[in-house]
Amino acid sequence: MEDKGYRKLQWKIVGTTLGFSLIPLVALGLSMYYLFSFSYTSKIMDTLRSKAENRRVAMDLFFDERVSQLTTLAYTHSLDQLKDENYLNSVFTLMQARSKSYVDLGVIDRSGNHVAYVGPYELKGLNYHDEEWFHEVMLRGIYISDVYTGFRKLPHFIIAVMRREGDNTWILRATIDTDLFDSMVKAAQSGKKGDAYVLNDDNVLQTKPRYGGELLSKIDDFQMARFVGTHVEDMIIGGERGIFATTWLRNKDWMLVIKEDPREQLLPLEHARFLVVGLGLLGLILIIVGTLFVARAMVAQLMESEREKAILDSNLMQSSKMAALGKLAAGIAHEVNNPLAVIKEKVGWMKDLLGEEDISKSENFEEFEDAVKKIDHHVDRAKKVTHRLLGFARRMEPVQEKVDVNKLLDGTLDFLRNEAHYRNIEIQTNYFEGLPETVSDSAQLQQVFLNIFNNAIDAIGKDGVISVTTSYNSRDKDMVVIVADNGPGIPNDVLNRIFDPFFTTKEVGTGTGLGLSISYSIMEKLGGRILVASEVGKGTTFSLYIPIVHHEKA
Amino acid sequence: MDVFRVLVVDDELDFLETIVKRLKRRKVDATGVDSGKKALEILEKQHFDVVILDVRMPGMDGIETLKEIKRVRPLMEVIMLTGHASVESGMQGMQLGAFDYVLKPADIDELLEKVQQAYERKSLHEEKIRQSKDII
Repeated sequence: MEDKGYRKLQWKIVGTTLGFSLIPLVALGLSMYYLFSFSYTSKIMDTLRSKAENRRVAMDLFFDERVSQLTTLAYTHSLDQLKDENYLNSVFTLMQARSKSYVDLGVIDRSGNHVAYVGPYELKGLNYHDEEWFHEVMLRGIYISDVYTGFRKLPHFIIAVMRREGDNTWILRATIDTDLFDSMVKAAQSGKKGDAYVLNDDNVLQTKPRYGGELLSKIDDFQMARFVGTHVEDMIIGGERGIFATTWLRNKDWMLVIKEDPREQLLPLEHARFLVVGLGLLGLILIIVGTLFVARAMVAQLMESEREKAILDSNLMQSSKMAALGKLAAGIAHEVNNPLAVIKEKVGWMKDLLGEEDISKSENFEEFEDAVKKIDHHVDRAKKVTHRLLGFARRMEPVQEKVDVNKLLDGTLDFLRNEAHYRNIEIQTNYFEGLPETVSDSAQLQQVFLNIFNNAIDAIGKDGVISVTTSYNSRDKDMVVIVADNGPGIPNDVLNRIFDPFFTTKEVGTGTGLGLSISYSIMEKLGGRILVASEVGKGTTFSLYIPIVHHEKA
Repeated sequence: MDVFRVLVVDDELDFLETIVKRLKRRKVDATGVDSGKKALEILEKQHFDVVILDVRMPGMDGIETLKEIKRVRPLMEVIMLTGHASVESGMQGMQLGAFDYVLKPADIDELLEKVQQAYERKSLHEEKIRQSKDII
């Protein structure tokens, strides 16, 4: 398979793995976050709702108390009693001792005249007959005003109670300081940005909010008709987002508004979001890195095993090719050998006869003799070929004996020293000291060495160097004999075929083309292998791997 | 040199005929037969010193013939001629008691030398046996 195919496979693995791991991760993260966010928000809203309700109840109670105090006072005294300012003063002092929220106390008759007054201002003698609150209280019996600054230029509101005494009707009126009231509302302001204030039914502020707006200014964004209970909503009021709890007071057309800053209140939620996103990103990175790593490792493994398989395949192919060719070669040799034997005998017989007297006198005797010799010579040549072929095909069990490869190499090189010397070829040997002995077939190994050396000498021709190196690493199962020449080298297209039987680059008649194929099959039979590397112009290197066997087979 | 009698067994008639002629020319009393069966028959009737036996023959092959000859005439020396089935059968023959083997196509002088050696060994054996009989 090509690199492109592997890359594609790698991305497929990455894509699939990422898809299957990221989708659940994201889904889990999002749903966890939304569940948490939902429950947390509703908890905040519930808290806010109960806070608003508590506050409203307290304020209602505040009004109830004031109203019932005044009512009790009005109904337990007659107008005449209260007209007496000294008496009124003593009652007022008593009330103030209990609660500082009363600023003044006054009695107004049915015509609107302020008949008695106790307090810090000079209000006695004023007539309220044309004031709106006067009509309201005469109509309903009890009146609580909105906050106003009135004559005094200070925020306050009044509570007025009407008393019917026989035919007469009079009004007891108290001014309430908004300070206490304000502080009750302010107690509901929480956090850095939280706010609490009271609006009347015209959206006019009755207490001063912490942010944005003065007392008695209007906030137009609220459009709420009176409702029962408490509303909690996420709204934008005055350009600022907030969670607003709104509830109407029971005794008065006032609406309590408690605002909380969602950023502040939802900070833990924000933290949770950061945590989810952070952990998600971290997981994402881990998964991506892991996936890339695993995919790369898998593809590398695949490539490796595929390459091993390719090597195995090519080895297998070479072996089966050798086996098939061996059979073919043996068959041919057998068939040729018999007629060859007959020719040999016949020509021998002719030779014998030529020795007889009468024929030697014939005028063509020398021609006959020469022809017979030539036939004999060429039969011998053919015989060599068939015998080598038979040797190639032979499946004889190799002999098992202890072999010292260095010594064997030396012995083999001795055969060739004269030839090499004559051709001015230097033979360098570089033996590994302490090369272990192995159990093998020395005669067959020697045949392989001879073949390789002969090829090296033939490749160089004249003037050159052949180096013979042995090496061994105790971790390996093989020792290596490396035979390198500095001959012309072998071109790539030829290199693939050098182990094929009958493949030769030598001139016709000088080589059989069997040397290397025999060497190959011998090495294979001995459990080793033979590798070749060559570069045109630089030379050729044969590496012979000989397995190290310590014990002779039984 | 004694004249010794040699039996050549080979199914290839051209080969057989020629080698017999050549041996005769070299003062060897050679006889040729073209099968193992005939060889055994003729061994019953006549005396031979050495047998030259081709390994691969139709019918009864060289190895079988060798076993039979050794059974009937244990002292008979046999030289195997191998060409077809290669060295192994030659070696097998030697394990079965053949004197030696020669690869086909054989050189006549080489063959003759082996025949001579075989004959000498046979004579030696027979001499020893005769001596031991005398002692007894």
